[in-house]
Amino acid sequence: MGLFLLARNTRGVVGESRFAWAAAAVFALLLACVAFGDLLAPHDPFAADGTARLAAPSMAHWFGTDALGRDIFSRVIVAARFDLGMAVLAVALSFVIGLAFGALAGYFGRWIDRVLGRVADAITAFPLFVLAMGIVVALGNGVSDMLVALVVIDLPFHYRLARSEVHARRHLGYVEAARLGGNSALDVLWSHIVPNVLPAMGVQAVLRLGGALFNIAGLSFIGLGVHAPAPEWGLMASEGASHIASGAWWSVVFPGLALVLAAASFNVLGDGLRAGLYPQRRA
Amino acid sequence: MPFVWKRILGTVPSLIGIVVITFLLSRALPGDAAAHLAGSAASADAIAQIRAQLELDKSLIDQFFRYLVDLAHGDLGLSLTTGQPVLHDLATRLPASLELGACALLFGLGLAVPLGVLAASPPEPWVDALCRGSSAVGSAVPVFVGGLLLIYVFHALFGVLPRPSSAPAVMGSTVVDSLFAREWVAFRSSVGRLVLPSMLLGLLALAPLARTLHGAMQRALGSDFIRTARAGGLGARKILYAYALRNALLPLTQGLGGVLGLLLGAGVLVEPVFGWPGVGAYAASAVLASDHAAVQGFVLMTALLYVLLNLAIEIARVALDPRVRFEG
Amino acid sequence: MTALLEVDDLSLVFRTPQGAVRALEGVSFSVQRGEILGIVGESGAGKSTLAHALMGLQDAAAHIESGRIGFGGTDMLKASVPDLDALRGRELSMIFQGPRSALNPVRTIGRQIEDVLSRHAVVRSDDLKRQAIQALTRVRIPDPERRHGAYPFELSGSMCQRVLIAMALACAPALLIADEPTAGLDVTTQAVILDLLLDMSRSSRMATLLITHDLGLAGEYCDRIAVMHAGHLVEIAPTEALLSRPAHPYTQRLLAATPALGSALAGLAAIPGEPPDLRGELPLCRFRHRCERALPACSVPPLPWAAVAADHLVRCCNPV
Repeated sequence: MGLFLLARNTRGVVGESRFAWAAAAVFALLLACVAFGDLLAPHDPFAADGTARLAAPSMAHWFGTDALGRDIFSRVIVAARFDLGMAVLAVALSFVIGLAFGALAGYFGRWIDRVLGRVADAITAFPLFVLAMGIVVALGNGVSDMLVALVVIDLPFHYRLARSEVHARRHLGYVEAARLGGNSALDVLWSHIVPNVLPAMGVQAVLRLGGALFNIAGLSFIGLGVHAPAPEWGLMASEGASHIASGAWWSVVFPGLALVLAAASFNVLGDGLRAGLYPQRRA
Repeated sequence: MPFVWKRILGTVPSLIGIVVITFLLSRALPGDAAAHLAGSAASADAIAQIRAQLELDKSLIDQFFRYLVDLAHGDLGLSLTTGQPVLHDLATRLPASLELGACALLFGLGLAVPLGVLAASPPEPWVDALCRGSSAVGSAVPVFVGGLLLIYVFHALFGVLPRPSSAPAVMGSTVVDSLFAREWVAFRSSVGRLVLPSMLLGLLALAPLARTLHGAMQRALGSDFIRTARAGGLGARKILYAYALRNALLPLTQGLGGVLGLLLGAGVLVEPVFGWPGVGAYAASAVLASDHAAVQGFVLMTALLYVLLNLAIEIARVALDPRVRFEG
Repeated sequence: MTALLEVDDLSLVFRTPQGAVRALEGVSFSVQRGEILGIVGESGAGKSTLAHALMGLQDAAAHIESGRIGFGGTDMLKASVPDLDALRGRELSMIFQGPRSALNPVRTIGRQIEDVLSRHAVVRSDDLKRQAIQALTRVRIPDPERRHGAYPFELSGSMCQRVLIAMALACAPALLIADEPTAGLDVTTQAVILDLLLDMSRSSRMATLLITHDLGLAGEYCDRIAVMHAGHLVEIAPTEALLSRPAHPYTQRLLAATPALGSALAGLAAIPGEPPDLRGELPLCRFRHRCERALPACSVPPLPWAAVAADHLVRCCNPV
């Protein structure tokens, strides 16, 4: 329900410029690919046509074919489900866990704050992509391992944001009133503070989606998480990498384009939401 | 001086965190850690040997101390692919990565500062557009896609730059080495191979740097002391550089830390694509070969490097900001 | 004798997304060489806006609709930027409120004074440091040689204000505009700073435009006082005349609301109502809705300047 309201608000906020409308159209297209990918793909994404390897874009294959003769257009569309779904799932999990721990630390303080803060600091002591690599390799190089890695590296951000937002509201009037009224601390946290913190955090979470997507693609590019023959944009780019020097640009360009468009529409969405939340007057 | 010691001490918690996490990662594998480290082709004896070496049958705390002792001796294990100690592998390849990183940073900063200054004073539309454009491109396109596109454009289309070899050609034949050895052929070829990846990483760094500097310049230019300078009749150039930019550099150094983390991670995605013989390429091939010791060694080393670089930035801030000296 | 500064019918409007704010309208006055003119009024009366406009430092959204500012022989509104830059800091200086934020935090105060000195080429480059230290001495900063190398964060608010005064006076300008120079400083420091300004003004025959909301302060230090209300300059007179025989109803109420030593707070009378919103429809006389002496004639343009005495002017149809 919340998501639906979010979507409707976006329409109201974003629909002020042609650029925003274009971004909304791209976003809708991506959603269509996620929902109906299998139906929209003209070819079987796994079907290898030995006679048409590395064929340039043509009427038969709009985006051309890859080294195994598979239709790139179909693969790009079908890959949307994995890439976008994984990005949303990773950020959502990170968001929820980070919010929970951050709220506890921000409200109760003391040792919870110190311990969790140290954990967050330890994670951010690493360049995050490198840490993700290490986690995926250490856990076994599967899709679920990739999810764990993505969640872990995004946790400190959501944790710290939640912690500071809750901490800032700890002593506000309505919070103290609720406590005095006899509500338990957890109750106050859940019913009063968190709802006020959610909008700002939600916007930030949406803005993290693009980064998560690039991490997914990057990890797949070097062979982590997703493996052939699964269609995934980063993996497709890596499969096409060995052939690009000889001119087969389509095997890299189209998955790359999908990544760029997806990340861009996430960012526009996030900016639109932020503008909706914090309307600023330009002097 | 006490300021510097304080900053150094401040890195200790991060160092502890890094060591703990890398230890956990190395023991995180479900199943037999020794078997994983020995590789799928190892014999039962080899596995048993590793198990004894790393004391894998002891408790976790004991293992941790063993890990610390090994670290202190520089023992990061043996690489499956090269058969060499991981530390040795990393040490021989690190200079190449540092070279690439340094060039990328120079390129990025070298563009960000003029763009930031130009965009602030009085903003010409084309400069502003260039600034936003390069910033947008740098952050909109994933770095490995950008790398492949560059290769396509410069090699396949224009045939300008040498074909990047998929396997690192000669170890250590990087720019600085060939310069010192006065091997001009190797020097030219190294520079040729350095241009594209450092440009690419430079663009990646440019986006956040330009954005930070742009914001910082705008804030600086809106400050009260700029008004005072204008009231004193000071010239536009003096105000821009000595008053505005000088103040904008401070937030820029803070942004620099984040950019370094970005570059360290991007190395893994860029070096293999361009055949640049650095630690990133090493890590990428270690991943493909499931060479756990090598990957974890890379993670540890990169993290330590990151801490060191951030420390250097912190200390450099003293030169830039007089107020910091007195915070103690 | 021609006035040093002549402001004639100055009107300034801020263009904002919420509409045009008519911040200044029909402001006219002059400043003679060597005199101290005070500009007083409530917050939002337009005093700071006027000061910034005089220096050419007005906000980008500000648009000067009409009027003339003549300084020395220069028409300030038509002058080019290089000409203005040459004047600022040399013949015409300004100090602002909030002294700590008005100094460049990463540059020593000595260098900042030297910047002004070297800009206007009044001094040989090898003599800069000595001149800067001398400027610090003139504003009575203790231990000026050591302070020359100090950074603003090492100084107190009042010391910072002295440094700013030193910078403003470094080239011996003919006119100094002081915009609430003592706001935020404690009362004793206020007196010290203003005594300093008064002293320097007298000794170098420098004219000073002292902007303040504190009528008592103006009364103590100024030769003449101009009163502003809602963007209008409503009365201007020698200090003694203004304080004892105020002609504009607003001035009268302002005086009644100003605490004096020994008076009881209960004896103060607040001015009814609020200054009008400068964005909307405005009456001819902007004090009209708060004035007990309002007449039908007050709505009939033009709003006249009445001369109560030779040098005592008031913009009112029904002066006291």
